[in-house]
Amino acid sequence: MDFSIILSQTLTQAIGITAIIYCLAAIGLNVQFGYTGLLNFGQVAFVAAGAYAVGVIVFTFDLSLWLAILVGVVTATLLALLLGIPTLRLRADYLAIVTIAASELLRLLVRSIAFKDTFGGAQGLNGKLGQQFHDLNPLPIDFQPLPVLTWTRQDIWVVIVGWVLVALFTLLVWGLVRSPWGRVVKGIREDEDAVVSLGKNVFVYKMQALVLGGIIGAFGGIVWAVAKQSVQPDTFQPDFTFFVYTILLLGGAARVFGPIVGSIIFWFLLTGIGEVLSQAINAGYIDFLSATDVGSIRFILMGLGLMLLMIFRPQGIFGDRKELALDAR
Amino acid sequence: MPANALEPDAPAGRRSAYVALETVDGLPGSIKPDPILVADQVSRHFGGLKAVDVSHVEVQRGAITALIGPNGAGKTTLFNLLTGFDKPDSGKWTFNDRQIAGTAPYKLARMGMVRTFQLTKALSRMTVMDNMRLGAKGQTGERFFASLLPFTWKAQEKANEKRALDLLARFNLDAKVDDFAGSLSGGQRKLLEMARALMSNPEIIMLDEPMAGVNPALTQSLLGHIKNIREEGTTVLFVEHDMDMVHDISDWVIVMAQGEIIAEGPPDAVMKDAQVIDAYLGAHHDKALTSDGVVLTKTPAGDTQ
Repeated sequence: MDFSIILSQTLTQAIGITAIIYCLAAIGLNVQFGYTGLLNFGQVAFVAAGAYAVGVIVFTFDLSLWLAILVGVVTATLLALLLGIPTLRLRADYLAIVTIAASELLRLLVRSIAFKDTFGGAQGLNGKLGQQFHDLNPLPIDFQPLPVLTWTRQDIWVVIVGWVLVALFTLLVWGLVRSPWGRVVKGIREDEDAVVSLGKNVFVYKMQALVLGGIIGAFGGIVWAVAKQSVQPDTFQPDFTFFVYTILLLGGAARVFGPIVGSIIFWFLLTGIGEVLSQAINAGYIDFLSATDVGSIRFILMGLGLMLLMIFRPQGIFGDRKELALDAR
Repeated sequence: MPANALEPDAPAGRRSAYVALETVDGLPGSIKPDPILVADQVSRHFGGLKAVDVSHVEVQRGAITALIGPNGAGKTTLFNLLTGFDKPDSGKWTFNDRQIAGTAPYKLARMGMVRTFQLTKALSRMTVMDNMRLGAKGQTGERFFASLLPFTWKAQEKANEKRALDLLARFNLDAKVDDFAGSLSGGQRKLLEMARALMSNPEIIMLDEPMAGVNPALTQSLLGHIKNIREEGTTVLFVEHDMDMVHDISDWVIVMAQGEIIAEGPPDAVMKDAQVIDAYLGAHHDKALTSDGVVLTKTPAGDTQ
């Protein structure tokens, strides 16, 4: 077994581009679900909106990446309004149903043959989506990749900007939730009617949270498109949203640093388990599994780990167990 | 109209409410000299059940008005309708002479009509102080963009905190300021909810069963708090089951049964009203009941015929 490969693969994933994308999606979901209590089961739709904004504007229409980012933000806002206006006045579960359906609808729409010219169908849009961003890379051309980590010069540029984005959004969320605005949305999470009875327009606050969380999620998609230089519809399956929920609960919902820690740990464990298993199988330590099983086995083990987490530390890494023990009623 | 005598040591608020209501006749839907809330033809049906069907009711400003009636009389439903939490099938009502039928509940709260709930809605995973701060009206920091600029709301926040501490001290909750509201006892939550509602300086506070589930010792202090609210010029309308408590604090009592207002008047008069007694205890409450449900008349000997 080659432990240096295991370590390098695992660390690369845990603090790399994938972790950043999921982290951004989780920060958005934390605003919606963690603080405001909105059951958004379609966070992947906002990520896809950001990614496809880059794909369509840069690849299909051959326009500027910076315009694409703006379009991504606007699209996420419109999507949030579209989902929120009919459902936010209703009971919480309606938003859950509508968002999960909308996220699948959006995926099927962009992969449809009818819109192949715009969205690229099932193949998606593959090209130099992030070229304008990579042209700005200040790292020297002969930059040596860091030891242990397997990043290219391009990856490192994305990772640096990606974590800066994460830091900025974390700061934004921190500023919001410690203010009276944050108090109102937490109140809405606890009991909507009580907050209404105190003269707050609950609908507007829920909408603000949904839009903000959606925009932050869309930045996850923008990072994705820029880093991988391609967008494909089938990467935006509902399981993306469930991974984001897992990350959020792992780190601790309604905690400012929950999404960051959750995302790093999630990808560290998921990749680490996979790497250790493949190495062990290749070296012949495990003979009842084949290397092709690893992909599913690591999710089984991950699920088991999460169950244990929920039983023994339901508040996540950062949460306060005493707080969780107080039932909402 | 036989009314309660005014207690000799009555405070100013009680005195003026008494004087204002002294000449009001005790018929259902009677006209008050200075009503804050007037409702007309308010009805609400749940399927075939007529939950509320009130033809006219007025609530006197500055008084404590109790809304009583047996279970299922429609008291809470009327509350929900008046505060905008439920939509009526028909009806109009005014608050300070302003039509408010169909107005969103949060707007009514801003206008000065604040309510509490039968099942207490303390915001469990927030501290007592945060619960209180949430009650204050017109906070700059509650606006999305202003919230990111603490210097725009810090001073207001300080002032609200001071008011909150004063109120909490009055309700004996000052030792609990930093505790989670979810860790309070049921009675303390009732107190917190009332204090939180007062944070907004309401003109009328509508309490839905403030005494339910509260132990007798705390009930006494709750009654005292409610009287104090009146003394500060706030109108109180509250729903209650228990006639004795109502008798102790209210200036006026409105009785509902089967969705309608069946009687009104000062507490003493209302409690002698035959219709009210019937509504609470049943029309045959002084007759014995046989096992097959037939009401029989008691003979002097005690056996039934």
